[in-house]
Amino acid sequence: MSLTRDDVKKVARLSRLRMDDQQLDELAPKLNGILGFIEQLSEVDTDNVEPLSNVARSTLPLRDDVINDGECRDAVLANAPESEEGFFAVPKVVE
Amino acid sequence: MTHALIKGETGEWEMVIGLEVHAQVIANSKLFSGASIEFGAAPNTHVSLVDAAMPGMLPVLNQHVVEQGIKTGLGLKAQVNKYSVFARKNYFYPDLPQGYQISQSDHPIVGEGIIEVDLPDGSTKEIGITRMHLEQDAGKSVHDMHPSKSYVDLNRSGSALMEIVSEPDIRSADEAAAYVNKIRMILRYLGTCDGNMDEGSMRADVNISVRKPGDEYGTRAEIKNVNSIKAMTQAIGFEVNRQIDIIEDGGEVDQETRLWDPVKLETRALRSKEDAHDYRYFPDPDLLPLELTDELIERIKATLPELPDEKKHRFMNEFSLNAYDASVLIAEQNRAAFYETVVKTAGDAKLSANWVINELLGALNKAGKDLDDSPVIAEQLGQLVARIVDNTISGKIAKDVFADMMESGKDADLIIDEKGLKQVTDTGAIEAIIDEVIVNNPDNVAAYRGGKDKLFGFFVGQVMKASQGKANPTIVNELLKNKLS
Repeated sequence: MSLTRDDVKKVARLSRLRMDDQQLDELAPKLNGILGFIEQLSEVDTDNVEPLSNVARSTLPLRDDVINDGECRDAVLANAPESEEGFFAVPKVVE
Repeated sequence: MTHALIKGETGEWEMVIGLEVHAQVIANSKLFSGASIEFGAAPNTHVSLVDAAMPGMLPVLNQHVVEQGIKTGLGLKAQVNKYSVFARKNYFYPDLPQGYQISQSDHPIVGEGIIEVDLPDGSTKEIGITRMHLEQDAGKSVHDMHPSKSYVDLNRSGSALMEIVSEPDIRSADEAAAYVNKIRMILRYLGTCDGNMDEGSMRADVNISVRKPGDEYGTRAEIKNVNSIKAMTQAIGFEVNRQIDIIEDGGEVDQETRLWDPVKLETRALRSKEDAHDYRYFPDPDLLPLELTDELIERIKATLPELPDEKKHRFMNEFSLNAYDASVLIAEQNRAAFYETVVKTAGDAKLSANWVINELLGALNKAGKDLDDSPVIAEQLGQLVARIVDNTISGKIAKDVFADMMESGKDADLIIDEKGLKQVTDTGAIEAIIDEVIVNNPDNVAAYRGGKDKLFGFFVGQVMKASQGKANPTIVNELLKNKLS
């Protein structure tokens, strides 16, 4: 699999990363190098092997349905560039 | 028959609809954090650092929500998957602080199921469920508080939603409404969602395409911001015509997300097409797969209540009710329980159904009251109906008694006693009244005997009036017929 310059541009835009032309030119071959490196894994015969997405040998921990968090608005808003009347204030995003 | 075809310039069109219903799970705390999900709190108070997506925060799954999900799956007669996986759905929006929504993609907690929906003409139709998964809700953006800014409230952020996806089995706005109603009813019976569309705890996205009957599916558009059944019906009507017009003018429908505008009554394109549905799902590395045991599923199965369709069919069998009456009575659990208590006290199932549906619900509706606030409780209504059944009062007098009960909250027996409304069944007393009526109306008696049968009603009326409505109508009829012949 190989990434084109347009693919990189699209992925960057989906991630809201601004890339100038020079960066795009540099990144495409770099990312392709990484992908090529990872693709070596496909040389391993994995027929009849269940896909594995996690190597932890534990089960998913669950919590009881109790309210024991929240009510910390000052902390939640502390890093907001702007907040008003308890809300985050962001540039208008009406569609 | 609600399979409505729409007439276009080039012939008839069929609509194909699939619905995604988002239902907020009844719980105390959020899907992955211990913050409260209570509605209506001051902005950004029911928010933990997990919900605000602060760096280093880790999600921990709420066990009760998992159980609610299993319960819902069982209630939808669907496959509960013992293995499911939480995945990240990536998109950017100010009310989604993580930059992704934790959802389920390839391995949802619930698979295929089926529900039966009740159509306005009394018929039923089966609609397939494709899947149901658990996911986080987003925060809320407020656009109208500041001229150049949007305000973001994260109170809803991270609350648990169930997304129930239907098969594209729906063929009309009526069927879509019936489907949402039935889902709502099932969730309310189960106690897994309160179904309150006004507060946004149930929302629907509508996938619509059109085709000539028998053709392959057309390209679909997804309509969002449909917040009531009325809006859904309007949005479907608009969108179907928009798509037919495009195709008949030689164009093609774009696969896109559109927004319903409840003011302008139209749908319009929402997200730019090239970004659409590029969510780049991948398993959330913060969460292990969710594995359920048979024991847990069986334990939850044992707690399921009698579901709406089962109750409806039982009412039809046990009480010989028609499909319409049964579906009105089972629409809410408390209404069904109320009815069953009335029947138990009164004995007559059909008469009890009439009284609950026509008199009680009608009066409550008029007074703007819920059944839970009814001044007349089930046992009291049962006693009233019982007095009609045992001929203590007529149905007509019963309506007066009922009006008094709604007003005063008194028992039927007390009112009947106090007002002396007990029906006269003593044939001697009734005969005396009839004799008097006959004596006082010689002309009409002669006319009746001369063949004017219609005058019989006049005599019944006179006798009832003379008895102040208390004479038993059946006895009056019988005796009158004898005396006048």
